[in-house]
Order: sequence, then structure tokens, then C-alpha cells
Amino acid sequence: MLNRRLLLGAAASGLALPAYAQNRGPIKVACAGPMTGSNAAAGDQMKIGATQAVADLNGRGGVLGRQLALSVEDDACDPRQAVSVANKLAGQRVAVVVGHYCSGSSIPASKVYGEEGVLQISPASTNPDYTDKGGWNTFRVCGRDDQQGQVAGGYIARNMKDKRVAVLHDNSAYGKGLADETKKAMNAAGKQETLYSAYTPGERDYSAIVSRMKQERIEVIYIGGYYTEAGLIIRQAKEQGLNATLIGGDALVTNEFWSITGAAGEGSLMTFSSDPRKRPTAAAVVQRFRARNVDPEGYVLYTYGAMQIWAAAAEKAKTADARKVADALKRQGPWASVLGQTSFTPKGDVTVPDYVFYVWRNGTYAEM
Amino acid sequence: MAYALQQLINGVSLGMIYGLIAVGYTMVYGIIGMINFAHGDVFMVGAFVSLITALLLGLGSGAAGPGALLLVLLAAMAVTALYGWTVERVAYRPLRGSFRLAPLISAIGMSILLQNYVQVAQGARVKPTGTLVPGGVTLMETDGFAVQFSYVQMLIIVVTLAVLAGFTLLVTRTPMGRAMRACEQDRKMAALLGIDTDRIISLTFVIGAALAAVAGCMYLLRYGVIDFYIGFLAGVKAFTAAVLGGIGSLPGAVLGGLLIGLIETFWSAYFSAQYKDVAAFSILILTLVLMPSGLLGRQEVEKV
Repeated sequence: MLNRRLLLGAAASGLALPAYAQNRGPIKVACAGPMTGSNAAAGDQMKIGATQAVADLNGRGGVLGRQLALSVEDDACDPRQAVSVANKLAGQRVAVVVGHYCSGSSIPASKVYGEEGVLQISPASTNPDYTDKGGWNTFRVCGRDDQQGQVAGGYIARNMKDKRVAVLHDNSAYGKGLADETKKAMNAAGKQETLYSAYTPGERDYSAIVSRMKQERIEVIYIGGYYTEAGLIIRQAKEQGLNATLIGGDALVTNEFWSITGAAGEGSLMTFSSDPRKRPTAAAVVQRFRARNVDPEGYVLYTYGAMQIWAAAAEKAKTADARKVADALKRQGPWASVLGQTSFTPKGDVTVPDYVFYVWRNGTYAEM
Repeated sequence: MAYALQQLINGVSLGMIYGLIAVGYTMVYGIIGMINFAHGDVFMVGAFVSLITALLLGLGSGAAGPGALLLVLLAAMAVTALYGWTVERVAYRPLRGSFRLAPLISAIGMSILLQNYVQVAQGARVKPTGTLVPGGVTLMETDGFAVQFSYVQMLIIVVTLAVLAGFTLLVTRTPMGRAMRACEQDRKMAALLGIDTDRIISLTFVIGAALAAVAGCMYLLRYGVIDFYIGFLAGVKAFTAAVLGGIGSLPGAVLGGLLIGLIETFWSAYFSAQYKDVAAFSILILTLVLMPSGLLGRQEVEKV
């Protein structure tokens, strides 16, 4: 009540309200991602990670002696909704946004955050443009699609030299970006694809494109896209008697993929960073998640780590001011978190990305 | 040749589902002259009821028996029909006689309501189920290309044709059908002749919803993955199908659905999958320019 009266008074008298308000009460932080829609499973992972990270940081006395207050926002992987979420969060003057998930959301949202002085750390957006064309405020704790594409393209060119390969993408910033990088790396290594095509995300019927791949006698399907469509395509392929191997990117790293494909997903491959659950630095946190019956798969630990890294940088910069923290993040690393030791390039990318292959077997995925 | 046949099978089974939903649009338009934008979401409710019934029956992994599938279908039709009735009662009947746009806006509101209600009740994640009708037959094999005709595709085609045949009989051969046609031609005159028009309109919504539930059930069996948002895209496609075939015309809706399914499939098959919607909508525009009332639609006669 007192607070509100003070705020009203300050607003009425035209005082420098933000500077005043920011030094009182909790520091506002946010997590933004697809809490609804076909990528909601990934959004859920981010929410779990962020909630736990904030609870753990608060349990240890908060950041800069202040508690953290987390708000979770839903962008449904829709670029327009992402921008309105970004405006909302900027209006609330959050210190940092851990998010978004889809590159197509992260990129337009980052412009808003940049103008409004909000720091953004994405645990999942891998499109190169996010940091290449981003401002001072864009960071990510995952790799980039050009790195991911090199690993995938190189692998296909080396190990599937004589197979007929289809490269598909969903025309999203993430999907097309990844598929093109993979194609580039594959072609550079001397391997040409048999079919290159886009598909429309959000649909259920991919039988036409599956029949086309059958006609072309495709043996390997590389998909730049998200898990729902990738799962449907491989499921419908097996139904039509097309026995091809699916290779995808980091967006397939969720148990939902298997619940869509069932046995049809057996042997599917995907590129992702080496499993953070297995890192010794994450052991204690993983145990805490497991005690609550939560499997910290996919992006849970990436979100957790992003929040930890921000907290460490804020402590070191002795302020929650976004520009100063951004500066610290780039210059004063490495930062210790559940993800190990992380340093950032001047663009905001991690210095040492490590993509490895995972394979689906019997409903679980493991490093190959 | 084999390839074209395979794509034909793909296109027809997709088009049948569009056609079933399109019938619901066209029926309501025929009788009360409004576009029921909530119809796509009624279809989505039908898919969810099918899924819930299937899970209650312990299906979900492995093949399901024909009895169990019939039960799923009937349960979906019954529950969804109730939804259809309620939607009309709550959102449209109070606005009858009001200005033309009022029920249209109410329909959009109903669509949002149903989507959000299912999202809250069932969660936002995609709901997958195992393959309930596995297997199929290989029709022919040339140059290593095997034409697969899966049992679920056969089921879709057979069930759709059977349901539409029954529905056509209902409209053309029964007293109830006669009353429906009378309402379609002149609602006021039908009322003067002692037809309970409110009841007929309710029935139209009930039947439309039941047909949408059949489509929802087939959709679940075919694709196995549903979420609260599937009604939007399917609804837009089916609405397009109804307009293409001539809105108000029942055979037109089925024809339109088949055409949209076939255009999408064959465009993806021989050109670029990316532009299949562009192809479908271009043909819609062309048709409407040349034949403003659709392929099988009747010219609107201004009564003096």
C-alpha cells in the first residue's frame, strides 16, 4: 500500500521514478517462451528451469541482496505475440529476460529489449541472426545453427555418402536457417541432396511430401524444424513404407517427440549440446529436480544456467543495470553455472559450443 | 503412374475429412444464412472426445477392434452433437432477428471460447496417441515404388461415404429432411405452415456437429496427434471447400473438400509443397471470379 502511494506520488510529481523504483523491493526477472501451442513442451522445460533457478537463488539470499521476482510470459512461438510480450516485460522494467525459445520470436523481441534497455539471454534460439544482427543486449547459452549445421552436414557427407538425402525445412527462422547451414556444409564436403523442399508447419497431413520422398527413394531425411512436424513426417513415412532415417536438430530434444512417433522414431538422430545433465557441475541441481520427480531434459538446465550466469554477472557488476551486466558478461567471464564454465564472444555467443549426435532408442535418447 | 495413384489416395483421404467438415458450414449457411465460424472448433472438440473415449476404453497403444472404434465414433458424435446444440442455443438463438453481423461476431467469440476452454481443460500440449488402425495393403509396385493404401485411409473413405449417404437420405427422404429443406427455401413461410423452425435449426446444428465429430474421429485415427488449435486450420480449409463447391449446396461441400484435398496434394507432389495453399486459394479465387456462386451453388434469386 505504501509502495503504491509512493509510486503514485512520484508519478504525479514527475520524479525519476524508474531509478527510484529499481532500488527497492525485488529485482524483476522474466522467462519468455512458448507456454502454449505446438512447442509448449519446450516452453514448459524453460518454465521449470527458470522457476527452480529463481527459487534456488532466492534461497541463497537473492542477487545483490535483493530477492528475485519471476514472471513467465507466453509467446506461443508467434513473432507478433513475442513482440507484445517484449513490450509488456519492458514496461515492467525487468532486468533480464531468459528466452525466447523459437528464433523467430527471439529475433524481433530482442529489438524491443535493445531499445528499452533489457538484457536477453536465450537458452535455445540458435539462428545466427539473433546475435549477428542483435544489439548490445543479446546473449545465448546454446550454440548456433552454422555450428550445428556443420556437425550435421559433415556427418551426413562422411557417413551417408552413398545414401539419397532429402533436406526439408518449415520456413521458420530456425528451421530454414538450420537446414540451409546443413545443406551448405554437406555440399561443401562434396555431398549433394536429392530433394530440397519446404513444408507448412502446423498441419497434420504430410503424406504428399512423404510420397514424393518415396518416389525419390530417399534414405535419409534431414529436417530443419520443430518436433511436432518432424515426428509426424517420420510417422507417416513409416506408415507409407518409406524406411528412411530422420536427422534433426536441437528442437527434437524432448520426450514429446517419441510420444508422437512411437516406434517409428526408433533410430532417429539429432544434434544437441552434450547432455548437461551428465556434467559434474549440474549433479546437485539434477538431483534436486529428480527428487521432485522432474526430469531436467532438453532446455531445463539451459534455462537454469542462463539465470545463474546472469546472477553471477550482476553480482560482479554490482548492479542489475542491463548495460553494465551485458558488459560484464562479455568481458569478465568465464561464468560458472550448471552448464560448466561459460564465456561469451563480443557478439554474445558462447565461446565453446559442443554439438554431438543423439539417437532415439526405445523411447529415450542418448549420446551416440 | 504408381506415384500419381499414391498421391490420389493421399488426396482423397484428406479431402474426405475436409468435405465432412464443410457439410457443417454449408448446412448452417443454407438454413440461417450465417457462417458458423465456431464449426472448426466443434470439429476439434469431436477429436478430443474421440481421444478421451479411446483412452477410457484402454486403447491408445496397439490396434483397436472394430467394436471399440465404433463406440469411440458414436460417443464422439453424441457428445459433440450436444456441443453443437448448446452453441446454437447459447450464442446464436438469442441473436436471431438481430442485425446480420451480430451472430457472425458471436460465432467468432464462440470459436475463441471453445479453443480456450479446451486449452484450459486439456492443456496446451499436443496430445498424441498410438496407431489405432495399423497396416494396409500394397496395391501395386512399379520400379520399386510401392503404392500403400492403409486401412485407416480405407476406413476414412468408407465411413465418410456411408455417413454422407445416410445424411443425404435423411435430407431428401424423411419428413424431417423435408422440413429442413422448407426452412432453407423460406423460413417464414415454413413457420406459417406449422414447422417448428427453431427446432429444425437446432437439429441442423446437432447434425452438423455430429458430422464434424466423425471428421474429428477420423482425423485422430489418421494422424494420431491433436491439440486445441487444430480446428482453426481445418476450419479455414473446410470453409474454403464449402465456398468452392457453392455454399449452401451439400454435394458442393463434399466436392469442394475433395478438390481442395486433391489440389493441395498434387501441387505438393509435382510442384513445391511450400506453395500448395497458394495454389488452393488461387483456384478458389479463379472459380469465384468465373462462377460467383461456386461450382454447384445456385444463383441467388432476388425476390420481389
